[in-house]
Amino acid sequence: MKRLLINKIVLSLCTLSAILGIVFLGWILTTLFIKGISSFHFSLFVNDLINGGLRNLIIGQFILVGLASIVGIPLGMIAGIYIREYGRGKYPNIIRNLSDIMMSAPSIVIGAFVYAVVVVPSGHTSGFAGAIALSIMMIPIVISTTDSMLSLVPKELREAGIALGASKYKVIFDIVIRSAKVGIMTGILLAIARIIGETAPLLFTSQTSNYFSLDLTHAFPSLTVSIYTLANDVEASSRDLAWAASFILTVLVLFINLSGKFITRNKK
Amino acid sequence: MEKIFQKISFGSATLVLIILIGIFISLFIAAKPAMSEFGFNFITNPVWNKEVVIASPTNQVKQNTNVNQDDSVVENDFSDDDVIPMDDELNTNSTTKTIYGGLVPIIGTILSTIIALAFSLPIAMGIAVFLAEIAPTNISKIVGGAIELLAAIPSIIFGMWGLYYFAPLVADLFGGFQVSLLTAGLVLGVMILPFMAAITRDSMNTTPDVLKESAYALGATKFEVIKDVIFPYSKVGIIGSIILSLGRALGETMAVAFLIGSIFQLPHKLTDPTISIPVALANNFGEASGLGMSSLFYLAFVLFILSFAVISFAKFYFLRKENA
Repeated sequence: MKRLLINKIVLSLCTLSAILGIVFLGWILTTLFIKGISSFHFSLFVNDLINGGLRNLIIGQFILVGLASIVGIPLGMIAGIYIREYGRGKYPNIIRNLSDIMMSAPSIVIGAFVYAVVVVPSGHTSGFAGAIALSIMMIPIVISTTDSMLSLVPKELREAGIALGASKYKVIFDIVIRSAKVGIMTGILLAIARIIGETAPLLFTSQTSNYFSLDLTHAFPSLTVSIYTLANDVEASSRDLAWAASFILTVLVLFINLSGKFITRNKK
Repeated sequence: MEKIFQKISFGSATLVLIILIGIFISLFIAAKPAMSEFGFNFITNPVWNKEVVIASPTNQVKQNTNVNQDDSVVENDFSDDDVIPMDDELNTNSTTKTIYGGLVPIIGTILSTIIALAFSLPIAMGIAVFLAEIAPTNISKIVGGAIELLAAIPSIIFGMWGLYYFAPLVADLFGGFQVSLLTAGLVLGVMILPFMAAITRDSMNTTPDVLKESAYALGATKFEVIKDVIFPYSKVGIIGSIILSLGRALGETMAVAFLIGSIFQLPHKLTDPTISIPVALANNFGEASGLGMSSLFYLAFVLFILSFAVISFAKFYFLRKENA
């Protein structure tokens, strides 16, 4: 009897903690929804921050993430291909482990690194520095997904390609990548979802700007950095704007995240 | 083509190594002035950005009399006395220096991480057990997906929610300040919760069904199977996941920046405000210069080494990835 009782208690505690996890998610999402909707207005997409809107910030964040992806995705994929397809001996495994460590490295440290090697020599913050910081965050994530997706491709496919006389390069691009395409795409979407909400690496690399700007050589508007400054503002109107911005950011992140998962589920 | 691509792929893989070494070296160089100035005492010194007079007490007295003299100087205007206070001012300037010590942010980082772990560990284990063993497959999928969504929410959102909604509740329950070590640690705990739960569930799922079934066949209850079969089997993975989450919590910036209070002051109670390394960097990087800047890089260096050590420890001892 006692054993059964303990069993019941522990199992209900476990269920309770799962409920608690859901409660936290629900609490955060409801807060965001209520606060976000109440200060949400379509004029936010038309005006820049200086006029009480978010247009420049949203466009700026997209440009930063876009640039980081243009650099980070190909580099990460090619490095992942090297680790899985080309590497011999211990070296690829060392790179794999280092890349995993880099993935968990504090993002603020990456910001400090980019500050030391880009911002200090150039003398001021710039959009480029922000994009570089984000791409450094992105590379290890893309490496790890490419690596694990390629590992799922059966060896026989590669052997068949080679038996037909295709070069290794051809086999990788026409057979291996093609069959791992869906998984890699999901991984890339999740990587984008992860860095689009990053604030710490941008704080002192791109900083943020109240004005619309396409000039990547100077301080660049960033949605996340502006949320941080707005949320700590004494004025209630700024804080409302921060809530609206957080709402938009979270919807964006969750949308990218869920569509990534949806692609995989559909293919399966 | 083949050869070129092989070279390119080798190059981009090596880029990871180069970036990591680059981070190490550039942080070290930028921290060098502070390192040579304060040495290892930096880590144990609780004072940050404080002007300290390193002259004898008599000099200080002199300085005080100077102030009085200065007053009289104004009255006398261009008298001979004017030259003397000028000289002395120069003297006092050269005998003060600004001292930076990293103890407060280091302690703040470690304590907030411990609070986060203490809070999230039991809940994460509960969630993992629920997902792996209790819930039917479809419910487990839905709840698991929801927990993963929690992990996807940007940390700055956790910070805002924590500051305006969670912290008042915690302050009501435990008293003290709304921005404190405790609230920062708890929100940090909520943040690493999904991460820890997901890896723990994955390692629990590696337990072979045969082992579980034989235990059930012996009449064990579900709890006994979890305690005596699944936990021992997946122990290594679970410890690895805990240490990995610890590494995450160490470097988390934005959520903590909202909540820890950002004061360079050692906390006496859990509900006191203090500061952590990432927050010190985030809030002071913009205004710092000279030795202050270098000290911030020293802190960044300490954080990098700390998280590097923690993560590689978890990787190499507990979560060793197989080649294939």
